[in-house]
Amino acid sequence: MSLSAKQKATVKDFFGKMSTRSDDIGAEALSRLVAVYPQTKSYFSHWKDASPGSAPVRKHGITIMGGVYDAVGKIDDLKAGLLSLSELHAFMLRVDPVNFKLLAHCMLVCMSMVFPEEFTPQVHVAVDKFLAQLALALCEKYR
Amino acid sequence: MVEWTDSERAIINSIFSNLDYEEIGRKSLCRCLIVYPWTQRYFGAFGNLYNAETIMANPLIAAHGTKILHGLDRALKNMDDIKNTYAELSLLHSDKLHVDPDNFRLLADCLTVVIAAKMGTAFTVETQVAWQKFLSVVVSALGRQYH
Repeated sequence: MSLSAKQKATVKDFFGKMSTRSDDIGAEALSRLVAVYPQTKSYFSHWKDASPGSAPVRKHGITIMGGVYDAVGKIDDLKAGLLSLSELHAFMLRVDPVNFKLLAHCMLVCMSMVFPEEFTPQVHVAVDKFLAQLALALCEKYR
Repeated sequence: MVEWTDSERAIINSIFSNLDYEEIGRKSLCRCLIVYPWTQRYFGAFGNLYNAETIMANPLIAAHGTKILHGLDRALKNMDDIKNTYAELSLLHSDKLHVDPDNFRLLADCLTVVIAAKMGTAFTVETQVAWQKFLSVVVSALGRQYH
């Protein structure tokens, strides 16, 4: 399910619109991930506080969103562009790939909350596909 | 049996009491058909689903979205026994409609996105947790009688 040229443009356009709120959305999305899917906290046992809205969770959500924005710039070849991130996830972090889908869902919910008019079904499908492709690129080195 | 706190019950009831079934039902089903186009396989008799614009303008889809959303009323009224409340509907979806139960999850996700857009900041973390818990119980109950 790769992105059409039009969908790539849609993704770039929406992320452009989103850029002033991207930190908020990233922080909120990770907070919601650990709240709605508590099993995801298992990856953050090294933090003092992995509860929704905590400082480490918000900070990390911003970091992750930064990575997503970086990937938007590499949308034409995610596998090559995310090679080192993929190695990080494969050999060090070893996040079970199912969790990428869960975080993607939380990101979509936050985007929808903050941009109810702009996050049309057409934008939704393009962004969802992009996040899925991103996840695939991150899993590239897993096995 | 699923345990509900008073807070969760209040949140779920509040969402439904402020719900515009026509608007949210239509938007959710349309979004599902657009974001997950393979779900269109169940709507062969619903007329023109050619692209996003025609889907969103299709009155049969709009009516069906409303119908689906009203189907959730049963769970709302019987929160302490959603599993048995939906036993018959589950069999219907399995034996008559032949719907892959994974589709219930896809529609539930779209419904969440649409409600989030409607509620904005009122869709707090606590609200999302309660809402998704409710939907996951419904989804599980609808898939329970498949054989």
